[in-house]
Formats: sequence, C-alpha cells, structure tokens
Amino acid sequence: MARDETFAKVMEIIGRYAKNKDALEGATDDTNILEDLKVNSARLVDVILDFEDEFDIEVADEDADAVNTVGDAVTLIEAKLG
Amino acid sequence: MTRRVVITGMGIVAPNAIGLDAYEEALRGGRSGIRHVPLLDELKFGCRVAGVPQGVDEVAESYFDEDELLAMNSSHRFGCVAAVDAWTDAGFERPSHEDEHVFWEAGAVIGTGIGGIDTIGERIVPMVDSGRVRRLGSTMVEQVMGSGVSARVSGLLALGNQVTANSSACSTGTEAIIEGALRIRSGLADRMLCGGTEGASHYIWAGFDSMRVLCRNHNDEPEKASRPMSASAGGFIPGSGAAVLHLESLGSALERGARIYAEVLGGALNCGGHRSGGSMTAPNPVSVRRVIGQAIADAGIEPDEVDLINGHLTATGADPNEVAAWADALGATPESFPVINSTKSMIGHGLGAAGALESVACILMLRGGFAHPSLNCEDVHPRIEGYAESIPHKMKEMPELRTIIKSGFGFGDVNACVIYRRWTQ
Repeated sequence: MARDETFAKVMEIIGRYAKNKDALEGATDDTNILEDLKVNSARLVDVILDFEDEFDIEVADEDADAVNTVGDAVTLIEAKLG
Repeated sequence: MTRRVVITGMGIVAPNAIGLDAYEEALRGGRSGIRHVPLLDELKFGCRVAGVPQGVDEVAESYFDEDELLAMNSSHRFGCVAAVDAWTDAGFERPSHEDEHVFWEAGAVIGTGIGGIDTIGERIVPMVDSGRVRRLGSTMVEQVMGSGVSARVSGLLALGNQVTANSSACSTGTEAIIEGALRIRSGLADRMLCGGTEGASHYIWAGFDSMRVLCRNHNDEPEKASRPMSASAGGFIPGSGAAVLHLESLGSALERGARIYAEVLGGALNCGGHRSGGSMTAPNPVSVRRVIGQAIADAGIEPDEVDLINGHLTATGADPNEVAAWADALGATPESFPVINSTKSMIGHGLGAAGALESVACILMLRGGFAHPSLNCEDVHPRIEGYAESIPHKMKEMPELRTIIKSGFGFGDVNACVIYRRWTQ
C-alpha cells in the first residue's frame, strides 16, 4: 500500500475522534494527534483498535505508546504491513 | 437561606413523542407509545410489548459528534438529548468545546434506575468471557458507571456545580427533581438540570419479566396493555426514555427574564424501612401517607388546594392501595377527591426515568390547563370505583388547574412526592 493511501486511511480513523475538525484538513506527518487534533487521550486506545481492524495488524502496547503524531502512526502501520 | 425554585426549561424523549410540542399533543390526544417488540417474541418473554422512543438516533446524530456517539448507549442518547433540549429550552446556547467558560452556578442530578446494562450484556460480558478484554476500547466505563449520563452532560454543557446521578429505582426521576430543588433552595446552586434516563434493553426488562410483574396478556394489543387503575390490569409495561427539567432559583430566572413554566412548591423523600407490609418490592402504607403529608407541609399548602394527582400508578395490584393512600393523606372523600391520572397508561413505566417523564407531563398540563386522559381503565378496579368520577378517560380541559401533586415509589420501599404550581406573573 502506498504511504499516502495509508495516511488517508489513518486520517479517516483519527477524524472520528478529533474534536478539532478544522485541523484535519491541513494535517501532515508532523500533526500531533492529541495536541493539534484534540483527540481525547483516552480515545487513543480506540484509535489503535481501529488501526488493527482496518489494516488487519496487531499493535503491541509499547508500540502504541510511541504514537504521538500522524506520521508516527503511518510509519508504524507501514512497518507492520512490511 | 430559602429561595423559591422554578422550572424554566424542559427536554423530553418519551415513547410517544420527542420534544415538548409533540409530547403535549400526544398527551392531549391520549396517544400510546407502547409497541410490540419482536425481539421479545424470539427471547420468549412473557411481556412482548414496551415503550421505546422512536427516531432518537437521528436526533442524537444531529446533536453529537462521532466521538461522543461512540460512547453513548441508549440511556446516554435519551438522557443527553433531553438535557441539551432542556438547556436550550431555558434560553441558553450550547457552549463550544473551545470555549473555556464553566457555568459554576449550574449543575445536574440525572439519575437512572438500572444503568448501562445493555453495554454490559452486549459488550463487556461476551468480550471479557472470550478473553478479549483489550478489544473493549475506552468507552466501557463511562457507559456503565452510574453517573455516566450526568458526566457526559456536564461536558456537553460545561457545568461547574454539583454533577451527580441518583438512583432510587422507580422514584429516581422524582427524587432527582427534589434533590436539585433543595440545592437551589439552600443557595448552593442557581440552576440544576434534573431528571432521569433509562435505556431500552431486554436485559433491563428481563428481571421484571421473570418476577411476573409485567403484563403478559395484552401482547396482541400493545396500546391497551398499560392499564393503571383498571380491573383488568395485569402488570406494568416496561418503558424507556429520558426527561430533564431545568430548575432555577426564582431570582436568577427573573433577573435574566426567563420564561417560567411552573414553580416547584415543595417535596419530600422517605423510606418505609420494609415494615408494616413494606418490603423490597412493596411500599409501607404508612410511609406513603407520610411522604404525601410531608410534601404538602413543605409546600405550605392545604390538602384541598391539590387539583390533580399524577400518581405513580403502574398497573399492578398496588394501584388501589395507592389511591386509598391519596384519599387518606389528602383527607379526601370520593366527592372531594381531585382529578387523578397515570401517564404510564400511555408511555409505560420508564423506571428511573418515570418520575421525570411524568413531571414534564405535569408541567405541560399546568401550563396548558388540561388533564391528560388515563388510558385503558374504563373498567375501573372495584376498589377504586368510588373515585371513578375523578379519572379522565378523555382529555379534560381544566382552565383553573393550579396545583399538581406527583408521586414516585420505588423498589427498596422508597418514596418521593413533589408539588408543582402553575406560574402566574
């Protein structure tokens, strides 16, 4: 899967939980999921579960803890997909 | 410090209507919200009809964002829609998430009788039992904690005063209103969103069905199934939904020029201690008479000032006992007995939401000067026959209607009684 395709899917998933819908439009790899998109920190658990379902992968807790930006998520998923 | 308490906003999600105008129309027209529930056939329930609000998901989806909806079971959707409607009906705008202002003077007491048992039954139990705990996600606790709905409402509306959930079985909704009124009266809050919510779930109704307290012999005629005060009453019909009332100190309401629906004149709460015939499931007749008397004393009125009784009246064998208690406590003869009706005849028994759903009916009756019909009791129970003239079978115009007394009795032998008075400038 091309990286930009993964990026689009990641944004679609995070978009469900984002309180700052305006920031979704111009999001980049550097966009911080909690601070810029205003996702409630408790909901990161649901974001990771949605990644698992969407990409048919398993994400260990320590990998999930390292996800801060949209780019972190895309890189993690790309690595899992090989 | 004692302050007068008035009602300046209401929100309603009932089995026969969503929204105040639709609810008033349904009440006036005697429109039943009891319907057949096919799932209950499949699951071999004795009672296969229920009162479930229709079209709530569409309303909820227009009110709340995707993230909020993901954490809302039926009880949350009903309660949050009713709370937001009460808030806007009172003349306030919904604050944005970015606005840091907190309404320190406004709180909430929004209770529930059973709570998020649908989430427990549909998600937590099957997933935990199959070893999939980590797949539950982050929204389980907030959907099953007793205070889940009031907690969500506080975030939607930026409430900063006491935010809590009460639970006293079927008196929950009435109790919430009294609790909120007392807080305003004492000066601890200016505005309180008060009411109750109960989800629509076969898991909630199952225990009652197994107790054989639900009506089993009108499954083919849903609209005739809820029969309070009738000789052919065979048990209550499970209901669901939510209602929230925006209670406010009279001073605050006058200062901001708010529209005032009615005054909460007084109320009382007690428990029968499971004595004198009272038990987990039956009220102590002494405590019922006592709570009515206490409410009247608290309101500072004479018993003969009561124009209408909106009873607890569920359609079980307890209805004749309740009517006898009203007559005793009010010192009323069959001739002097006030008009009496049961909102449950239209919407079923909303359990933890019942007192709030029915209180909104009371306020609409006070404002509109009418008594809604009490359905399905043309065959009045023989022990109530003397009071038959007091029961409206069709909508009754009551332009002089001024004072309504409303009761709620719950498992645990707990009682609540509140008195509302029409507001006149």
